[in-house]
Amino acid sequence: MFASITAGLAGTYIVSRKMVFLSGGITHASFGGIGIGYFAGFNPVIGAAVFGILSALGVEYLSVRQKIREDSAIGILWAFGMAVGIIFIYLTPGYSPNLMGYLFGSILTVTNADIIALGIMSLILISYFSVFYRTILYISYDEAFARTYSPYVNTFKYITTALIALTIVLNIRMAGVILVLSLLTIPPNIAMIFTRVYSRIIFWSILAGFLGTAAGYVISYYAGIPVGATIIFTLVLIWIIVKIIFLIFGSPRK
Amino acid sequence: MPYLFEMQSVSVSYGAGYALRDVDFMVNESDFIGVIGPNGGGKTTLLKVILGLIKPVSGAIVFNSELINGNSIGYLPQITTGDNNYPVTVTDVILSGMMIRKRIISRMSSSDKKRAAVVIEELGLSGLAHSSLNELSGGQLQRVFLGRAIIGNPKLLLLDEPGNFVDSNFENDFYEKLRILNKRMAILMVSHDIGMISSHVKSYACVNIGLHYHPSSEITNEQLLAYGCPIQLITHGEVPHTVLKSHS
Repeated sequence: MFASITAGLAGTYIVSRKMVFLSGGITHASFGGIGIGYFAGFNPVIGAAVFGILSALGVEYLSVRQKIREDSAIGILWAFGMAVGIIFIYLTPGYSPNLMGYLFGSILTVTNADIIALGIMSLILISYFSVFYRTILYISYDEAFARTYSPYVNTFKYITTALIALTIVLNIRMAGVILVLSLLTIPPNIAMIFTRVYSRIIFWSILAGFLGTAAGYVISYYAGIPVGATIIFTLVLIWIIVKIIFLIFGSPRK
Repeated sequence: MPYLFEMQSVSVSYGAGYALRDVDFMVNESDFIGVIGPNGGGKTTLLKVILGLIKPVSGAIVFNSELINGNSIGYLPQITTGDNNYPVTVTDVILSGMMIRKRIISRMSSSDKKRAAVVIEELGLSGLAHSSLNELSGGQLQRVFLGRAIIGNPKLLLLDEPGNFVDSNFENDFYEKLRILNKRMAILMVSHDIGMISSHVKSYACVNIGLHYHPSSEITNEQLLAYGCPIQLITHGEVPHTVLKSHS
């Protein structure tokens, strides 16, 4: 539920700003934080959050300054985060039983604290997007134009990116490093089959995400498959069904 | 006639050499000025100085604070940097021009929305208010961006090469819209397409590092050559044209 709200809001922003690759980078970079968390004995989610936010802000900063090509920066961070994660997990004595949970997602490792954190995150995202909806929309649509008039463009970009990094990290618990990206990108793409209005994309993404996660949980529970995989599978199935429905009936608005 | 702003020996430099040098320039309330000059001559830089995006290394720009301030200038950029596949509607884009007035926008008031509807009607975009950008033709897009520039009801409208993406069918129509807008705002229009610049332009400013202002709308061949903008206009039959005197 909370996962679909956060993923719907963040996902719409990511997909329409064509930031999917950046989000992939954030996700994998945060694995470095998980590794360090394991090694140093603090909560890996906190490590992941710190890594995720820093790498997201780092990439935005570099792209604002245009010192390095953004996709190269993301590629480097992506691999570096994974490398740091693997190094520290191997340095940690003993086998880490929850490691698979972080990679593929698991309901079993989700704690009450995680749920509360996601709930708070939902509230933050909902209020942020509803108060600054227009500003966020205009900046992400045409940044150069917004920059002409508003001195706060960079501030907003950084805040939004940091919130999105946090969203991704919190959803890693459930969907896993490898699959969380699809949780953010598939629902908006389902919505964009039949609407091109930003606010409606958000609404339908949340709904599609909720359906997908709910069905995914049920399948996961009965089949004993990691929940991340079943959710993504359901979501893609929904995407295909909606696509076919709109191909057969009625002309969707482009 | 009340002036809107005055530039006093403004110089701009991007490091090596000058982009603009010792520019004195004054724009009055109902001016319609064609800004011409070669590529790299500083035309866009001039607009950015007016918008306050570039600070001059010397000199100053003084606004007539009774009529205008740096935040109430409409701007139609040379290239639209927005992504036309982005999920925004025509109304959204036009409303985004309200950023001229407010730097951070949370909610649109109903008067803003009414104003957007008026602008849409005025620019002949009715029926497209809720269309997304990738459904529009080049001419329609251009009108949307013009709408974004004028929704804040600016006293000064800056157009950077608006002819660039206007199809010729729409061109006359576009300049006619500008003529009407000129009744309530001054217009500064950058163009290197001198031959095709609108006959509605009342005066010219030639920009090539320096700036020469021509109060009447005439252009000479010598003057074009002197400014390093060799132009050859190829036409069939009779074409209305204007020729300016050379600079002193």
